[in-house]
Amino acid sequence: MAQSPSAYAAAAPAGAPTLEVRNLQTHFFTRAGVVKAVDGVSFTVGRGKVLGLVGESGSGKTVTGFSILGLVDAPGRITGGEILFHGQNLARLSEEEMRRLRGNRIAMIFQDPMMTLNPVLRVDTQMIETVLAHSKVSKEEARQRARDTLGMVGIPSPDERLKSYPHQFSGGMRQRVAIAIALLHRPELIVADEPTTALDVTIQAQILAEVQKLCAETGTAMIWITHDLSVVAGLADDIAVMYAGRVVERGPVSEVLDAPLHPYTAGLIGSVPSRNKRGEPLRQIPGMTPSLLNLPQGCAFQTRCPRAAEVCRQDPPLGELLPGRQARCFRPYLPSGEAAA
Amino acid sequence: MNPAIIELKGVSKRFSKSLDFAGRMAKKLGAPVREETVHAVDGVDLTVRKGEVVGLVGESGCGKSTLGRMVAGIMPASNGEILWHGRPVETLRGAEARRAKLQTQMIFQDPYASLNPRMRVADIVGEAPQVHGLVGRGQFESYVDEQLRRAGLDPSLKRRYPHQFSGGQRQRIGIARALAVQPEFIVCDEAVAALDVSIQAQILNLFMDLRRELDLTYLFISHDLGVVEHLSDRVVIMYLGRVVEEAPAEEIFARANHPYTQALLSEVPRIEARKKTFAGVKGEIPSPLNPPPGCHFHPRCPHAFERCRIERPALREVAPGHKSACHLNDKS
Repeated sequence: MAQSPSAYAAAAPAGAPTLEVRNLQTHFFTRAGVVKAVDGVSFTVGRGKVLGLVGESGSGKTVTGFSILGLVDAPGRITGGEILFHGQNLARLSEEEMRRLRGNRIAMIFQDPMMTLNPVLRVDTQMIETVLAHSKVSKEEARQRARDTLGMVGIPSPDERLKSYPHQFSGGMRQRVAIAIALLHRPELIVADEPTTALDVTIQAQILAEVQKLCAETGTAMIWITHDLSVVAGLADDIAVMYAGRVVERGPVSEVLDAPLHPYTAGLIGSVPSRNKRGEPLRQIPGMTPSLLNLPQGCAFQTRCPRAAEVCRQDPPLGELLPGRQARCFRPYLPSGEAAA
Repeated sequence: MNPAIIELKGVSKRFSKSLDFAGRMAKKLGAPVREETVHAVDGVDLTVRKGEVVGLVGESGCGKSTLGRMVAGIMPASNGEILWHGRPVETLRGAEARRAKLQTQMIFQDPYASLNPRMRVADIVGEAPQVHGLVGRGQFESYVDEQLRRAGLDPSLKRRYPHQFSGGQRQRIGIARALAVQPEFIVCDEAVAALDVSIQAQILNLFMDLRRELDLTYLFISHDLGVVEHLSDRVVIMYLGRVVEEAPAEEIFARANHPYTQALLSEVPRIEARKKTFAGVKGEIPSPLNPPPGCHFHPRCPHAFERCRIERPALREVAPGHKSACHLNDKS
């Protein structure tokens, strides 16, 4: 029988998060030195919740996603921390155990749907194969499930579309097929890596609408990796902002976006054009992202930070500065009246 | 009103795929094959006046890049007239034609693909002004230094190759190259789309500073309404090769007339939004190989009626300076 997510949810203690990442470290051992792509990332995602994992290129957001699915290839390796999925540490699982989870209870959606789809196989072949990989059902039942899932993500006439090849779909439709494949086993966790970045505005809105509906209906937890704060603002419950391999701030979306604690978060929000007055210069973060091979001692953001001080030469811990709000900063923007920690 | 730098009158661009040998044989034998033609740009009128920033917005496949290329003069139009300072570009000859070309420069989306990887930065920036005699042998070095400094790059890096720079720096090299021939008009084709948010802000600020400093005119092509809203004086919206709406920036963001513009504006993710419910315009962007008849937007339009399926709506003024191509405006 198909495994239903509710069976797992019942097994887990009430209120426990679907996924909890604690101080994750994924390092790449290259000839030029050790690249600490992910170096101390912590967050939790609960049932039916969407976490927006935000960062610029090279901040380690994609490597974090790959680490959760156990997809980090040599010379990279998870060197520390825990990835607790319903209390089970994924970082310790064998390749075989991981394979049984991947695509079944944890799924991934990539930016480019052609990373998921095989261009020379028909969509039905690929979808049925995915169903049969984890469920003992007949081929006919598998086809049924593939068709139902295609309908669920808003693909018209799914019976006909099942017989098509990936190149016969438009970009938006292809991404829907990739999402449908991720949903085939009703996973409890989906890691989505910039799935709408390559799509047009109206198509992106369609996909976001489907995703919102699915999370609410099926209780799937979602990690939405993106560089676009505006998408996260409308979609996510919580947000985690990454800079140079670390989470520098996390908390509920509305609070973080309205009153960011970390100067980097504040800088990112400030440079969004719609946050600025028309025609006036945009507030900008000076300088550029530092190379991960050559990070400054202490806070990685200090060279670009308007509030940097002597104390920033030491490593700031990720501390709870306000209830439910965490930031990795010695000199955060605290609401007036409260002293800096 | 300032004089127009460039004026497009009913400009179209068609791309045809001619039949190969097998196709021609099949056609002779009576098979229903024919040449495929894409109307990338279909009868567009556009005027850009001196000192203006015009934002050109549309989704992929709407023809905005093709239009930009025709405006920049690197692609001829299939139909219609392009006037440069009031004179048809195809009648310009010799030195004048060269001047028209130099005066209009283009900045491209992909800072990786638009720079020759085997040339040093100094040559990328300095080659064109040298060829066109804007700078003599003696001043070459100092001229290049000045161009790089103006684009926010350290002149001591000019002996390097493009791959040694980050994306934002490469975009600055592209800007320095475009400005090195002292143009008056710049066509930016998705010039900040590939950059990170914090770098994007730096480049947009650079564009605005340069505009003031050098009295530049921009045609700013983008799919990002937030960027266009911030930068533009006037906004032109395209859908499947046609202009559907055109108005001053404040006007279009406050009172969008065309249903497509309205849909586009309501679907843009905004940072102010909290847990909004995305709705989505129904349907897909149709293939430009086989666009729907009448108004191209009618299959997705919530207000479409009989006339929209038959007749192409004309771009007509609905308020001073505000034009829209929609039959609904005639209805009431």
